[in-house]
Amino acid sequence: MKTLAIKINGKSVQVEKGTTILKAALIDDVKIPTLCFHDDLDAWAACGICVCKIEGSPKMVRACATEVMEGQNYITHDPEIMDIRRTVLEMIISNHPMECLTCGRNTTCELQDLASDFGIREIPYHEDVTELERDESTPSIILDPRKCVNCGRCTIVCQQLHNVWALEFQERGHETRMAPAGGILLNESPCIKCGQCSAHCPVGAIYEKDETKEFLNAVRDKSKHVSVQIAPAVRVALGEAFGMKPGTIVTGKIYAALRKLGADSVFDTNFGADLTILEEGTELVDRIKNGGLLPQITSCCPAWTDYMEKYATDMIPHFSTAKSPMMMSGVMTKTYYAEKIDVAPKDIYTVAIMPCTAKKYEITRDDNMWASGEQDMDLVLTTREFARLIKSSGIDFDTLEDEKADSPIGDYSGAGTIFGVTGGVMEAAVRTAYKLVTDKELEDVNIHAVRGMDGVKKGSVDFDGTEIKVAVAHGMVHVEELMDEIREAREKGEEPPFHFIEVMACRGGCIAGGGQPYGTTDEVRKQRIAGIYTDDEKSVVRKSHENPEIIQVYKEFLEKPMSHKSHELLHTSYQKRPLYSK
Amino acid sequence: MSVKEASGIEFSDKLMTFIEEWKSKKGNLVMILHKIQEEFDYIPRQAAIKTAVLLDIPLAKIYGVMTFYNFFKLEKPGKHNIQVCTGTACYLKGGVDLIEELEILLGIGVNTVTDDGIFSIESVRCIGCCGLAPVLLIDGEVFGKLTKDQLPEIVAKFKDK
Repeated sequence: MKTLAIKINGKSVQVEKGTTILKAALIDDVKIPTLCFHDDLDAWAACGICVCKIEGSPKMVRACATEVMEGQNYITHDPEIMDIRRTVLEMIISNHPMECLTCGRNTTCELQDLASDFGIREIPYHEDVTELERDESTPSIILDPRKCVNCGRCTIVCQQLHNVWALEFQERGHETRMAPAGGILLNESPCIKCGQCSAHCPVGAIYEKDETKEFLNAVRDKSKHVSVQIAPAVRVALGEAFGMKPGTIVTGKIYAALRKLGADSVFDTNFGADLTILEEGTELVDRIKNGGLLPQITSCCPAWTDYMEKYATDMIPHFSTAKSPMMMSGVMTKTYYAEKIDVAPKDIYTVAIMPCTAKKYEITRDDNMWASGEQDMDLVLTTREFARLIKSSGIDFDTLEDEKADSPIGDYSGAGTIFGVTGGVMEAAVRTAYKLVTDKELEDVNIHAVRGMDGVKKGSVDFDGTEIKVAVAHGMVHVEELMDEIREAREKGEEPPFHFIEVMACRGGCIAGGGQPYGTTDEVRKQRIAGIYTDDEKSVVRKSHENPEIIQVYKEFLEKPMSHKSHELLHTSYQKRPLYSK
Repeated sequence: MSVKEASGIEFSDKLMTFIEEWKSKKGNLVMILHKIQEEFDYIPRQAAIKTAVLLDIPLAKIYGVMTFYNFFKLEKPGKHNIQVCTGTACYLKGGVDLIEELEILLGIGVNTVTDDGIFSIESVRCIGCCGLAPVLLIDGEVFGKLTKDQLPEIVAKFKDK
């Protein structure tokens, strides 16, 4: 890699060719203020907050999008630059409603941070907010175009990272807005509800639908038994909302907080993940042994299933019919657990704390989500909503004593916990499928080929002489590569290139889901992933089929994986849906 | 989405040939949208959907382009679309007054169509004859050096055409 000798504020530094001023300035301990820039995305240079000077040039350049050149001296700040940045900021704010107190991003807003840092006290310009209607059409996210600062992050995420194209820059100039094609609503567009737009928005222009009130109403209703489950990825991210480092495992505190908030029973989605592995793993082995359609593709990510039902309908027969861990836990709560505690399913209110906005959509996605006779999952709260619930209750999260989940559907294996990271479902499935195929136990349970941040990971696992070919994709944009490989083999009449494929819509997996705490970058992803693997490593049981509660549940209730009862309760179907419903 | 699903609208053979010819060329979208508007007087949603399928590009992208350029129309204009110039010269010479007068005369606003579908008003930027400012254009016919009181006569002329 070629290095360049440049100066930052007169100080000589060496940087790699291709480095932007923004990154180079970090070497001189200067973090240039930005608004539209995000580490996940190509610089778009929309906002103008990061303007800098090059010594000897009369022009201002944008630090986020300008690569440094040999021999130049870059001035990152001086009174004139700071003055110009303030003007830019004032102009952005003049188009932004001053509704901070009632905004979903109050205290987590990047524009608010800038206004605070710059000490903005009044706006010298005429306030000009474009009055546009809020789009509340999806069960997951709300688009409030009035608050949009036109940074473009949501749209670029939707297109570059997820290849969904629900959003696009519409109109131009002052009229520009981020919206679906031709004045339709998000729910009528190809939106997959992944919520990455909301996780990347710097302000409150697109955000998760807040349903914390529904939780409190359920707790208030004495006739309801409120049962809550928490997803794998929540335990390594929620701590961030309370000042902890990303990756800090706070499972025990979450159980405790839930009980303090009024939950009658506290379960873990990781149990559901173990159950999913038994069902999905058995399905896979059945497909392999009995000449079923291969590869089998994972279906626990609701944003991915929604994408497939719209964009990759030819893949429907490849999808595992196994429901997601959340839905499995939900239906087990309203059947098996309901019987155990002798409460009618209609009197149980099931809540899931999820890293994901699409999970809010999943709970009513089709009739199969009523397998217990009632709606199996009543409510989904994202990690962000859950953090607010804890804060507003006054519970001191930091000092909570660790507690345990309830029996009989709360215990989990290490395999269940790694569902929260890219490659995790695959790794968990391999640990159990190995046993199912070979009748032997896998000795080294760490499957390194499927770990890591590469968008597409391919590998093979030796099942006692049989090679099982697997592939993993995360970040929706990487999926088509794998789907095309399958299609190509199908057209040529060749053997399918893989036996099993895992897909998670979000980059890094659920740990970086659209409902997780703000500020997710690859650095944060790595820390959360490390937390998940630590949780796995410290587990005594690391294979789903060895989870004692799973063994018990099959013995007492489900009989065996893929049994008639399993099919009724734990499996679903998929259907072709139109890309645009309008 | 398959082509079959997007078959809510028929493209003429001429248009299809044009699309085939431009399909793989750079900058094809704007050229194709021009042709579609030529055929339909605007770009119906079904036509945009069909184009998305034919070119294998996202519908959102097509709308991004369509809404960026003032030229492309998303709604069907009137039989006679009155294009009033509000470019710099016409603006200074009272182009906006002409629009206001037309709005009163026809009872509609800019970018809307009269109930009988005969007239619509559009504000356009410079049509290249600033010497005649203020000007308007109906069905390609230029009316220059206009005053408000000439408008009823012009409208009447096109009403039964």
